[in-house]
Amino acid sequence: MALSFRNPVILPTFAPSNKTIMRNYETVFILNPVLSEDQAKDTVDKFVKVLKKANADVVNIENWGLKKMAYPINKKSTGFYNLIEFKADAPVIDTLETEYRRDESIMRFLTTVLDKHAIVYNERRRKGEFKNKKQAVKKAEEERVK
Amino acid sequence: MTLMNEPIKRAEIKPKYCRFKKNGIKYIDYKDPDFLLKFINEQGKILPRRLTGTSLKFQKKVAQAVKRARHLAILPYTGDSLK
Repeated sequence: MALSFRNPVILPTFAPSNKTIMRNYETVFILNPVLSEDQAKDTVDKFVKVLKKANADVVNIENWGLKKMAYPINKKSTGFYNLIEFKADAPVIDTLETEYRRDESIMRFLTTVLDKHAIVYNERRRKGEFKNKKQAVKKAEEERVK
Repeated sequence: MTLMNEPIKRAEIKPKYCRFKKNGIKYIDYKDPDFLLKFINEQGKILPRRLTGTSLKFQKKVAQAVKRARHLAILPYTGDSLK
């Protein structure tokens, strides 16, 4: 099809906007097992505060407790696992991760963006749909052993 | 008996399928080691598509999830007898 001058192609205009896009993130970090339970809680609270200060909406905080790791990190074989789900602008991640690096009690951390499927999955996870399934499977196995 | 190739019974070979497409799984959680264990061998290596039948789209996601789990020490980088 030839381009005609009578029907010019209207290009979409990209108006500059000051609105930043909030995205969903999820961050997991491992705390040093040397800390006491209270100290671990305080550290988690500290990072939640960092997020809230940066205008992020904290959706969910999970504490997995002292877990055995698959391999030793910093010569420790266990660690306090913590998960925070939040909604924030992209620059917030930088401030959060610099805070992670400054804190000596953080042994590992991972922050991931959640896509639309992940958001649905996490909502179901929060309701405990998957937990029940796993527990049901475990129960069935135990009964089989009996 | 003469050397002859035995005929392959085509009906016996089950066609591979992608379990994610079949079961409608859209997100692979890196925090779930029991599930990810299906996609790694005893040494902790990620199994190829040709063995698991996973489609390319989901193989990429599986690989990403396994690597994330390894970083967080949820799965080991190497091991001897994982299963």
